[in-house]
Amino acid sequence: MEKILVGLKRVVDYNVRVQVKSDGSGVETDGVKMSINPFDEIALEEALRIRERGEASEVVVISIGSSDAQQQLRTGLAMGADRAILVETDDAMDALTVARIFRAIIDRENAELVILGKQAIDDDNSQTGQMLAAIWERPQASFASELTIDGDTARVTREVDSGLETIEIDLPAVITVDLRLNEPRYVKLPDIMKAKKKPLDQLSMADLGIEKAPQITETLFEPPAGRTRGIMVEDVAGLVVALKDKGLV
Amino acid sequence: MAKVLVVAEHNGTALNPSTAKCVACAAQIDGAEVDIVVLAASPSAIAAEAAQISGVERVLTVEREENSAAIAAILAPQIVALASGYSHIFGPSTAFGKDLMPRVAALLGVNQISDIMTVEGSHRFKRPVYAGNAIVSVEAPADSIVVATVRTASYQAADGGNSAAVETTDIEVDLPTHTRFVELQTGQSDRPDLQVAAKVVSGGRALGSEENFELIYKLADTLGAAIGSSRAAVDAGYVPPETQVGQTGQIIAPDLYIAIGISGAIQHITGIKDAGTIVAINKDEEAPIFEVSDIGLVGDLFNIVPELTDALG
Repeated sequence: MEKILVGLKRVVDYNVRVQVKSDGSGVETDGVKMSINPFDEIALEEALRIRERGEASEVVVISIGSSDAQQQLRTGLAMGADRAILVETDDAMDALTVARIFRAIIDRENAELVILGKQAIDDDNSQTGQMLAAIWERPQASFASELTIDGDTARVTREVDSGLETIEIDLPAVITVDLRLNEPRYVKLPDIMKAKKKPLDQLSMADLGIEKAPQITETLFEPPAGRTRGIMVEDVAGLVVALKDKGLV
Repeated sequence: MAKVLVVAEHNGTALNPSTAKCVACAAQIDGAEVDIVVLAASPSAIAAEAAQISGVERVLTVEREENSAAIAAILAPQIVALASGYSHIFGPSTAFGKDLMPRVAALLGVNQISDIMTVEGSHRFKRPVYAGNAIVSVEAPADSIVVATVRTASYQAADGGNSAAVETTDIEVDLPTHTRFVELQTGQSDRPDLQVAAKVVSGGRALGSEENFELIYKLADTLGAAIGSSRAAVDAGYVPPETQVGQTGQIIAPDLYIAIGISGAIQHITGIKDAGTIVAINKDEEAPIFEVSDIGLVGDLFNIVPELTDALG
């Protein structure tokens, strides 16, 4: 196949302990470390491996958001992507609009495979890949933990609640990836230098002719109801007594 | 008035308890009339189970050979064909629902609300974001259909005892052949299902090996508990992925959760914070798991777990 598209979302880093703003308007992002959504790194790693096996010729990384997302795209280029596209917008993005943007880029790029993370660790929605497959009228293989390409089809093992499900899909298709698909490579310094010379195109929603989907409004952010620390017991006998007191054993 | 269609989750023969949890959520919408749709190759036994769920008005069945496996690309157009007349379509926030419902939403031209934990009104809900570090109130447009998944850990299954009408429905839509089920590998186990078990015994990286997880299995079998695990234990290959509890694994709410050798990363805690009682056994007294535990015991799991198994056996 010619081209694989990979989405890279800029999100609050995995290790940051997120705090809700006191006015309830969102979470604190000032001065907070931002990174590529971890699932998207796995998606990119898989695309690079497919290209390195000679089963695809080009990997294009795409981000949608403010110009700051160029950092994440440069990291993606340093990992080994060939080109990057930033769809620049300062608006908050919803999953269906993002799916529409990818749909438009698929046509521009004539892409045959789109690999995305199974969810973003900020909104935890887990929607975009499935929505893209729906409006593209193509197969979706979500939560992939194993993937092999065989000509015009792919065989995908998916992590489901009861175990591992394997499906076969015709290409073109959308695949969303789970944690155990692969271990993303580390970026080396020379690759960062090389990445600076790789093309990074900027597009607007208007360039792509996209209108935003009907919005779900976020009206208030609150901290979760916490659990409180309970009792400590000294030994197994104490634990058994405590469990019996609660009627649990 | 709200009319809610709940998409039944099943394994081809039996209804998954996530369906009754979706009904419980739907019933919180004022004056809601709740129907269930069962899409299956042979839906009658599943529909009979669904008809018993309290608060259900009608159970619709769609019998097609193509529905023998739950393939989102095949199920979604059938659900869309049934959507007119409904104000809401709900599915569970399980692997099944997370795969399927966004496809339904996109075909209907709307965004989806993921993981409803509280119903605030017919179009207003609360849901967790950032691994449960924040709860956001959301409002869907009043003039369009609401497609949502229900965070099953937030709801008790609706009671049984009902006898709702079961109606056969024929849907004339072309279904794609581009996605084909090959096989499902399930860990052969007589233990309770993690999603619905009243008790869960969960092990972490500190177990150190696949063999040592035998300690967890023995304690679980003594208690009649399901097996859970941390991401670290799964990544290390000690236990299969379907046991993982947390932000990217399963979100559960058992009456009793025993965390053994699990430090308690926020991504893990988010999967258990609706548990009734959390017990932590860990050798590090500073482990964050103790901050959210009802009962804590500091010590070496390799001594404590066999002793506990004996004491409870």
